[in-house]
Amino acid sequence: MMHCNSSVNAPTGRVHSIQTLATLDGPGVRYAVFLQGCPLRCGCCHNPDTWDETGGTLYTAEQLVQNALRYREYFGDFGGVTLSGGEPLWQTEFAEAFFRLAKEKGLNTCLDTAGCLLNDKIKALLAVTDRVLLDIKYPTDALYREYVGCGMDTPLSFLSCLEERCIKTTLRSVMIPTLNDTKAHEEFLTELVRTHGCIDTVEILPFRKLCTVKYKQLGIPFRFADIHEPYPLVVKEMQEHIAHHLKG
Amino acid sequence: MKHKNWEGFKAGKWQTEIDVRDFIQSNYHPYERDASFLTGATERTQTLMKKVEALFTIEREQGGVLDIDTATVSSLTSFSPGYVDKEHELIVGLQTNRPLKRTVNPFGGMRMVKNACEAYGYKLSPKVEEEFRFRTTHNDGVFRAYTDEMRAARKCHVITGLPDAYGRGRIIGDYRRVALYGLAHIIAEKKRDKAALAEGNFDGDQIRLDEELFKQISFLEYLREMAEMYGFDITEPAKDAREAIQWTYFAYLGAIKEQNGAAMSLGRVSTFFDIYIERDIARGILTEEQAQELIDDFVIKLRLARHLRTPEYNELFGGDPMWITEAVGGMGEDGRTLVTKSSFRMLNTLYTLGPSPEPNLTVLWSNDLPASFKAFCAKVSIDTDSIQYENDDVMRPIYGDDYAIACCVSAMKLGKQMQFFGARCNLAKLMLIAINGGFDTTSGLHIGPQMPVLEGDVLDYDTFVARFDIYLAWLAKLYVNTMNVIHYMHDKYAYEKVQMGLHDTFVERLMAFGIAGLSVVADSFSAIKYAKVCPIRNEQGHIVDFDTKGDFPKFGNDDDRVDLIAKELTHKTITELRKTPTYRDAVHTLSVLTITSNVMYGKHTGATPDGRHATQAFAPGANPMHNREENGALASLNSVAKLSYDDCRDGISNTFSITPDALGREDAERVDNLVSILDGYFKKKAHHINVNVLNRETLIKAYEDPEAYPNLTIRVSGYAVNFHKLSREQQREVISRTFHDAL
Repeated sequence: MMHCNSSVNAPTGRVHSIQTLATLDGPGVRYAVFLQGCPLRCGCCHNPDTWDETGGTLYTAEQLVQNALRYREYFGDFGGVTLSGGEPLWQTEFAEAFFRLAKEKGLNTCLDTAGCLLNDKIKALLAVTDRVLLDIKYPTDALYREYVGCGMDTPLSFLSCLEERCIKTTLRSVMIPTLNDTKAHEEFLTELVRTHGCIDTVEILPFRKLCTVKYKQLGIPFRFADIHEPYPLVVKEMQEHIAHHLKG
Repeated sequence: MKHKNWEGFKAGKWQTEIDVRDFIQSNYHPYERDASFLTGATERTQTLMKKVEALFTIEREQGGVLDIDTATVSSLTSFSPGYVDKEHELIVGLQTNRPLKRTVNPFGGMRMVKNACEAYGYKLSPKVEEEFRFRTTHNDGVFRAYTDEMRAARKCHVITGLPDAYGRGRIIGDYRRVALYGLAHIIAEKKRDKAALAEGNFDGDQIRLDEELFKQISFLEYLREMAEMYGFDITEPAKDAREAIQWTYFAYLGAIKEQNGAAMSLGRVSTFFDIYIERDIARGILTEEQAQELIDDFVIKLRLARHLRTPEYNELFGGDPMWITEAVGGMGEDGRTLVTKSSFRMLNTLYTLGPSPEPNLTVLWSNDLPASFKAFCAKVSIDTDSIQYENDDVMRPIYGDDYAIACCVSAMKLGKQMQFFGARCNLAKLMLIAINGGFDTTSGLHIGPQMPVLEGDVLDYDTFVARFDIYLAWLAKLYVNTMNVIHYMHDKYAYEKVQMGLHDTFVERLMAFGIAGLSVVADSFSAIKYAKVCPIRNEQGHIVDFDTKGDFPKFGNDDDRVDLIAKELTHKTITELRKTPTYRDAVHTLSVLTITSNVMYGKHTGATPDGRHATQAFAPGANPMHNREENGALASLNSVAKLSYDDCRDGISNTFSITPDALGREDAERVDNLVSILDGYFKKKAHHINVNVLNRETLIKAYEDPEAYPNLTIRVSGYAVNFHKLSREQQREVISRTFHDAL
């Protein structure tokens, strides 16, 4: 059941929160906006409070850019603005308006997404996106359908789309023990790196359980409550193995 | 003037008049490359440092004081020479005949000295008391002149921490002059200045200055004697790097033997030393390793400096600080960087000797600093939490390029400006006194203009502001007059003879006022303006608490609605202060700085309209109140950056704690990101930032098990401390501060 949120066609967006100092969501120091609303239901999600598409604070793209500009002195050579979520693709027009205005002001734009939607509006968004942090979750369609709630063909088409447009891409994956801490996943990601020149960075992130409290507060069952956090060394190893195949 | 020890230096104006800046500008070598030339600690340094650390351990085990000589009054020549390890020390000189032994210095006040001795299980020798029986101390003088109102303001803590019972400090002698010119020349110049005075009118000011010059000259002679006791003749210019560092250190040592001022800062010596080091290296008589050893040895001596303080003093200035502030880096007026290899060597001592709060290493940050130096500073911050940063780009246009920092954030031109230190007033308490029409609910004292308590079930913003302004005007006048008394008496009874001897004879004076509780007051104004603040009255009709309904903008979220209130408060305060003339025509300045007194100030202040409960600590300096920042670290920095340095020329202190994870994943990333943050903050014209990169959990562990963390250094408010030296209460407050964390 995938569809773009049709209620969001004005340049106002629903914002879950703003982090004025973000260093983990793209290169350099960034102004990160976490949008409200996500069509996916990833078992490992650490922000279940961003799922509900009716919550959040309303901002116009212009307001948000004006706010981001208050921090431009801190961005240095590599930083800029990041849209994360939630799923920023879920508010495509707002995201596109925000990035377009940001780029007009000379800010670097970075999109943190699962790539689970793709249409012409999203292609317009990519036209004003400098970098994508693309989260590839599992190596098979079956795992995607079971633990994400969508098929894996769209994320892969999304990646091809990035490749065609030469958009710098950080390939991300959250390591979830027993589900994707496997050789198969590592090989799958390695293959993506080999075949996509747009990928210049790989980040294997550990599955974290700090969010357990949030699930309790929201009264939502935490599907991965029994899965343990991965050992840092294992995460680092997979990251190194895959990064080894990066070009340049 | 020419001197054989100046061979190899470029000639200049500095040879015809005392002008250290001109010497530096004519002779220094800017360094724009990276830190890879640095060397580690030599075996000698390591062995020496082990001895010093063993002494620190005993000092800690004995409750913070190793030993006190209770019978000898501190002065330049009152102790025989002392050493840590005479054979192996490259730079020598201690305050007493043994390392870490503290002295009594009753010139500021006798009561303080007696109490301090007793607090550590000693008793002041009756001989010392007898010696001072017919002498007036600074403290005696002040209390002869204090008015009833001044006493009341002091008693109810609306003005507090005043230097009326100890040395005022915050004066930086230009200690480099001794190395460059030798004492003989400096004394000759002072004698010439004194003779010239006789040409003019001998009015009160002239006579005072004339006597001061007499004192300066006689104590510069004592300084010569002190060095002689160590076997050095410092009458001539230093002939090499070791002598330059030794001469400079002797001058500083003389100052801390004579004075026990709160902040005894060092100045700006690294790049000055670099000129001598480079000359020696070029001559083939010094290696890089030996150069680092000289800096290391000098810094070891600074780490051994101590003053005797009372427990009450430690409440205000926790952690046994000396504020041996050394300003490192910055840019020159001609656009060349003042960073030299020795700027790196100075910061490198935090690796060769380990992290430490002293000397108080202060990087003068400019957007134009070499990238390699910025990166090295950021790395040192991340690794050691031992340095602070101040904005050279806002200070240089005012103070030129040879200024330094006294204490935490007080800029002054070296050898040309001095400061009358004035601690701070409690702006939050003033607000409560205003609301209650001149009654302080924590002390029960009536003070200031007497008016009815503010009326109504909800506080009206305009009425409240008008009332606050009346009391601010009252306090400003009282504060200036109180400071005038203090500094008149300090000049009279505890004049800084060595330090002022190392200034120009005609100096510019600054009078530094301060405020505490700025974020509490700004948030309270905001609450009254944007939410509903219902006062809660006690049986006597005084307002003792507030019921605040609704949300309101809070300082620290980059929200102009409240940030501009904070800015306006500082502007109003300095404007009011300027209306009352100062002693010796000093220029009024203002700081937003608390040291660790934010805890004590909070303790003596009732509940405030922002929701802060009675006795709760204020945020330090200009910081937003703990954990009220909701938009992340940069929003918090932006709020503080809006305070204007033009209104707060004595500095705006911000202490920033961030977890390593929030700075980035990899070490190199963290360094780059910290550089970006500092660049951004200072481009916003902010003045100062203390940087701590650590996890709250580390502090909690150190709180629970202090023995396991003897060297844990953190920046608190304009200076750094060993965490274990803070009081339990101060430690808890530091733990409760905002830590900017990764989401």
